[in-house]
Amino acid sequence: MSWVTTTLSSTLGRKVVMSLTGLFLCSFLIVHLVGNLQLFKGDEGRAFNEYSYFMTHNPIIKTISYLLYSSIIVHALMALVLTRHNQASRPVKYAYAKPEANSPWTSRNMGILGTIILVFIIIHMRTFWYTMHFGPVVLNGETITAGSIPQVTYDGEPIKDLYAVTVFAFSYLWYVALYVVSMIALSFHLVHGFQSGFQTLGLRHKKYSPLIEFLGTYGFGIVIPALFAAMPVYIYLKAHHILF
Amino acid sequence: MDIALKVWRQKNSQTPGKMVDYKLSDISPDMSFLEMFDVLNEDLSHKGEEPVAFDHDCREGICGSCSMYINGRPHGPQTGTTTCQLHMRSFNDGDTIVVEPWRARAFPVLKDLIVDRDAFDRIVQAGGYVSVNTGSAPDANEILIPREVADEAMDAAQCIGCGACVAACKNASAMLFVAAKVSHLAVLPQGQAEHQLRAERMVAQMDAEGFGACSFTGACSVECPKSISLDHIARLNREYLGAKLASNNV
Repeated sequence: MSWVTTTLSSTLGRKVVMSLTGLFLCSFLIVHLVGNLQLFKGDEGRAFNEYSYFMTHNPIIKTISYLLYSSIIVHALMALVLTRHNQASRPVKYAYAKPEANSPWTSRNMGILGTIILVFIIIHMRTFWYTMHFGPVVLNGETITAGSIPQVTYDGEPIKDLYAVTVFAFSYLWYVALYVVSMIALSFHLVHGFQSGFQTLGLRHKKYSPLIEFLGTYGFGIVIPALFAAMPVYIYLKAHHILF
Repeated sequence: MDIALKVWRQKNSQTPGKMVDYKLSDISPDMSFLEMFDVLNEDLSHKGEEPVAFDHDCREGICGSCSMYINGRPHGPQTGTTTCQLHMRSFNDGDTIVVEPWRARAFPVLKDLIVDRDAFDRIVQAGGYVSVNTGSAPDANEILIPREVADEAMDAAQCIGCGACVAACKNASAMLFVAAKVSHLAVLPQGQAEHQLRAERMVAQMDAEGFGACSFTGACSVECPKSISLDHIARLNREYLGAKLASNNV
């Protein structure tokens, strides 16, 4: 085996793959959040639709998106490989174990949290990504159905109305609840995951680790998931004329 | 004190084991946990039964032999201590105490509470040393080492190789042990000559022994009788990655 395959098949090398893909996905979350905050702009979705058009047509964004899809797949598959290895490392379990005495719950349940997030990503991409790329276009005057996308005309240019798809999806309470629960799972996943990513890369320092811990706990653990969860809640309340 | 014990009994590595119940009365709260086991074994010997086999040597917290998983935690409920430093006053009269051996694929049970920890020795043999010329002792203070660096090295060198980190880890990972053994040499000038090879070889041996990967739960450091910090695991990661990227070992 070459040094590359030796490194990538070692436990440390595999954790590095987890760390790099995980931190890349964290950076994606910031971009995704900032873009989606357009939903809160009270302009009937124009800013959001123009942003969606840009994201699906810019060649650099398209290239990075393939890196993003592969990061999700590699992160999930590598987690599976590591989990199987880790489980095999203790073939006989303890009759009585008290893990809560020495470690946080999130750190011991990253696999379960990650699985919830993966299922969420699949549902989320089916609803929005697939509809945006491959969903049948609804003609003017017809009513929107699940999986189809209408068009909207800005300054004489017709573009896909992803905002209408978003409003339609989040008018269902169960769908909003699914998003909120998934964002809670994401919060717990990131509280442990963000800091761990740096630990795996050996980036631990008296000066910078407190900042990484702060960003992981409050930024990625609370602010980002809370803002993501606020979007479906806000649209649901607006669609049903509650509060807004 | 009256104590009920549930102890793992296993004849040898080939035979399946099981938990066995014992009752002890008139246990002094000032006894150490191992002395309580001595009383139990005395009782068992008088009854003509096989005593419980357990590892012990120094009984003052420095040898790392007394590996017992007590009430769901390595070395029992206290932090920063080994089993021999745990006293019965840490328990209440009438308590039931569950005692198991370390559980890890790399630490097979030899008998009752004794596990084979040779895997640790093989990891150290793979690179946990510095090569020096024998002969006369070097002059003192020939190599200047700042106090903080010496302290950092000593913190890691405190590792007694007890295996509590592996026992505590949900993945049975030996990362804290390997990190301590790599770290205490990596921060010192004497360890520089072999630092790349050391990290590569010791991690390779750790994987070959079948220990799990690090999930950074922190359980190892909490349960470590010498409270070795997770900083050392970060240093091991740095050493290993740096060596893999920059060493000449293809």
